[in-house]
Amino acid sequence: MLRSAIGIILYIICAPIIGGLLAGLDRKLTARMQGRIGPPLLQPFYDVSKLINKEILLINNMQYLFAWCFIIFVVFTGALFFGGTNLLLVFFVLTTAAMFLVLEAATTNSPYSVMGANREMIQMLSYEPMVLLTAVGFYLATQIAFGDGTFTISKIVSESQIPNIVYLPGVFIGFLYILTIKLRKSPFDISMSHHAHQEMVKGITTELSGGMLAIIEISHWYENVFLLGVISLFIVCSKWWSIPLAIVVVAAAFFLEILIDNTSARVKWDKMFKSAWAITMIFGAVNIFILQLI
Amino acid sequence: MAKVSKSPWLLHYDGSSCNGCDIEVLACLTPVYDVERFGVINTGNPKHADILLITGGINTQNKSVVEQLYSQMPEPKVVCAVGICACNGGVFKDCYNIIGGVDKVLPVDVYVPGCAARPNAIIDGVVKAVALLDKKREQMKAEGGNK
Amino acid sequence: MEFISFLILFPFIAAAVLVFTKNNNLRKGIVYTCSGIVITAALVFAVSYFVGSGGAPVKYLGESGVIHIIDYMMLAAELFLTVLIVVLSFKYKKYHAALLSVAGTVVMAWLELTGGAASAANHIYCDKLTVVMCLIIAVVGSLICIYAVGYMTDYHKHHTEFKDRRTFFFPMLFVFLGAMFGLVTSSNLIWIYFFWEITSVSSFLLIGYTRTEEAVNNSFRALWMNLLGGLGFAMAIVYCALKLDVTTLQELVSTSPQGAAVLIPVILLAFAALTKSAQLPFSKWLLGAMVAPTPTSALLHSATMVKAGVYLLLRLSPMLGGNHAGLMVSLIGGFTFLVASMLAITVSDGKKVLAYSTISNLGLITACAGVGTEETVWAGVLLLMFHAVSKSMMFQAVGAIENATGSRDIEDMHGLIMSMPMMGFIMVIGIAGMFLAPFGMLISKWAALKAFVDAGNTVLILFIAFGSATTMLYWTKWLAKILACKALSHKVEKKPSVGQWFSMFGHGFLMILLCVLLPIISVQLVEPLLAQLFNVESVSVLTPEDLVIMVIMLIMVFLIPLVARFILRRMKATPNIEYMSGINEGDNRHFRDSFEQSKNMYLSNWYMVDYFGEKKIWNISVAISVGVTIVCMGMVLTMSGGVF
Repeated sequence: MLRSAIGIILYIICAPIIGGLLAGLDRKLTARMQGRIGPPLLQPFYDVSKLINKEILLINNMQYLFAWCFIIFVVFTGALFFGGTNLLLVFFVLTTAAMFLVLEAATTNSPYSVMGANREMIQMLSYEPMVLLTAVGFYLATQIAFGDGTFTISKIVSESQIPNIVYLPGVFIGFLYILTIKLRKSPFDISMSHHAHQEMVKGITTELSGGMLAIIEISHWYENVFLLGVISLFIVCSKWWSIPLAIVVVAAAFFLEILIDNTSARVKWDKMFKSAWAITMIFGAVNIFILQLI
Repeated sequence: MAKVSKSPWLLHYDGSSCNGCDIEVLACLTPVYDVERFGVINTGNPKHADILLITGGINTQNKSVVEQLYSQMPEPKVVCAVGICACNGGVFKDCYNIIGGVDKVLPVDVYVPGCAARPNAIIDGVVKAVALLDKKREQMKAEGGNK
Repeated sequence: MEFISFLILFPFIAAAVLVFTKNNNLRKGIVYTCSGIVITAALVFAVSYFVGSGGAPVKYLGESGVIHIIDYMMLAAELFLTVLIVVLSFKYKKYHAALLSVAGTVVMAWLELTGGAASAANHIYCDKLTVVMCLIIAVVGSLICIYAVGYMTDYHKHHTEFKDRRTFFFPMLFVFLGAMFGLVTSSNLIWIYFFWEITSVSSFLLIGYTRTEEAVNNSFRALWMNLLGGLGFAMAIVYCALKLDVTTLQELVSTSPQGAAVLIPVILLAFAALTKSAQLPFSKWLLGAMVAPTPTSALLHSATMVKAGVYLLLRLSPMLGGNHAGLMVSLIGGFTFLVASMLAITVSDGKKVLAYSTISNLGLITACAGVGTEETVWAGVLLLMFHAVSKSMMFQAVGAIENATGSRDIEDMHGLIMSMPMMGFIMVIGIAGMFLAPFGMLISKWAALKAFVDAGNTVLILFIAFGSATTMLYWTKWLAKILACKALSHKVEKKPSVGQWFSMFGHGFLMILLCVLLPIISVQLVEPLLAQLFNVESVSVLTPEDLVIMVIMLIMVFLIPLVARFILRRMKATPNIEYMSGINEGDNRHFRDSFEQSKNMYLSNWYMVDYFGEKKIWNISVAISVGVTIVCMGMVLTMSGGVF
């Protein structure tokens, strides 16, 4: 109880700091990969503080409601995760959060926003099966490891003797694949992208300005930290050495995503959808099938 | 405190430019000049932008567009006219459809002359615009505006 | 006992009265009164059951002379129905329906007249599941009847081409309710079969209400599919009577499931239930049922008909765990869940989306029943309750929208929250109740997924994983369409009648009540219900930890709008127009094109027909499901050592 309370509080306080630094690191690394110097590491914080100090332009009030719902549900997702509760429930709340973002964009009735909302829905359709299979994978892995399958995150961590990735290599690859979608990295950044000037303007965030945009920006930081947390769950177990190893793996995964972002062009939605489902079937489903045979 | 000047986001609009200045604006983003060092992002969306950067003069057709884009930018905001055409119409000044420089329709804060304007001049202009942003922000606060 | 017989008989009496009521106002009065009486009776019945027997199962009507007379009356009624079907089949040249009907009736008549039917220890059985079903049927069904009064008046104003047959329509609605009460309270298989056939026939008559060619074709499709299931039911009864010496459903379920022979009637009954709840390959009839006026669809899709199928499956679920009958039910259910939700993405007709979503949801309930563990059946029962209320509400809303705007297309519901705020609100409650955390679907999916993993069935897990993604897509895009704030929308002047409002708000209230009381309902009602069903001491599905999280989420859902409202008042935001590359005409509805002309902006949804279109996946899905059904039934028959 105490541990999960500490986890939740640490997440709520530290996640925006870590998330912001990661975003800064991302921009710095991206610049270096392109042969530029790039902005300072703290640039994302400058951006957000500027946004908070700007005027807010709104199409209608519902935008505001849904943007708040989005950040609250994203923080709730992460809090449930780092509080060590039920993994399946965490993913369900995550889906609800994503849906609020879609509604925020759709309610403006603005062409670019709605285009972003539609594409976001396709993204959700693409990654959702793999997300659920990830939860199932952990259940099966714990079932094999200590007899009693569980979705409870604190148990997965405290009772596993070896990193769960040993049982879940396919699920890990599948999750890395959809992580590109969730982190909004090229080639799957079809609903909103941090890259400048594109055919859908800024997608789902087109109609947001000032403090409202800051809210979305901060919730993305929270979300990114949560997602990398899920990556670390593949590694972390009851052994002490798993924690540094997890940090290394998370860093590697993050670097890989940035590398992919900078080396690939954006694909059409159908390529994303088809490939994501194919990867889910090939790596996720096969991995789970094999686990069930054991 | 939070300074708007630390993250100026641009909206680049091409009026009736010959594309010379536009190339130079984009050149600012390249590794040679790397304007992102100053936190500048070319957003392409007025609702996210702080600086409206216009190249080329204003003609009868795009007058309303420029006005609308400006109205869709949240305060504080500055307008930066890049290139001689944006400053006063340039060589197209006397064309039948050209109204003139950007200042005919919008309050321009910074003029960057040149044909085409060189990247270092553009960056200099943006930096000047950024200083103005902070001033406007202070003004907004003093007037008890937003927040 | 008095309440049960009242619940069964009263709707039939009401129907008889309504046949002779020609005056519209008088009919309105009678329908309102009778609906009120039915709801009250069901509530009194529920209370008296819990107070009287403390929730223990009660059996009524042992073997007696009166029962024999009732049996013969039922047989006579059944013969009448058969004659009716035969006459209609010949009139419309649909002979296969006549054949199926005659076959079923002959089998039953032979069984009863030769005295092959063993005498049953009891005919009426009442436990918590019965009470829950009665409440659903009474409340949702009666509200639909109330809604129908206003709706049918509007309907005949709009559709002057159809003959006004309201003296036929309303009696059929009440007959339906009576039959459903009979179905859920009976324990004698022959009685269940009798009510089962009444629902088949009355749904057939209701679907064919308009008598257009399409309506007639669809009604006969519904009829033959359900009669085929009915034939399976009849065969199950005969097998039970002759081989197993079993006459009631409860006896059948309490026999040892290990005995292979008992699986034959179980799989036949499950087959009947699959046809009734419109699972693949029999889904087409429920889609065709849309041609009927909306109250029919609402009734068929929510409280009655399809629920009869899943009710039977839930009753059979203790027998379905870990055998081929269960495998068939769960595979067909899971498969239907996935396929129907994919198809729901591709259609834009609001009623059709609802129809596919009904099939899809029923698929999930079916799959839950097929796995046959306490957790899955828990999920199934809760899903059944949520689905009944929300689907009925949404059908009514779509019907009212169609009457007001002349369209039930989802594309035309763009900005419904602006043009018809109350209707939009009701739709949002309905959709949120169906799939949003922490309500309905979500907890069911949660429990189902866990149980499927425990059952070790990878295929079912994949069905749920992919099906939940597709389910989310079609609901979200509809929700997004409704909530789009289209500027300068005019409010639609035409409003539904008071009765319709009453019914829809009643449903909305019920929906919210269900959500708020979910933990209590689960602990106090559903878990004891399962203990009864599975004959165990106690069942606990929700751990205290889960309960806490659920309560937190509930509070969040209700608190966020309030807090946001509070913040909104303090926040200074400047209204601004939409970004349309600077060529917004200023009204957010038009833009200027390159010829300086004003053009209307139109935003459409995605339908992904190239991936999930009916043409692409329908035939292959039917083929697969037919294959699964045949293989599983064949396995059961061969393993139990031959047929009859």
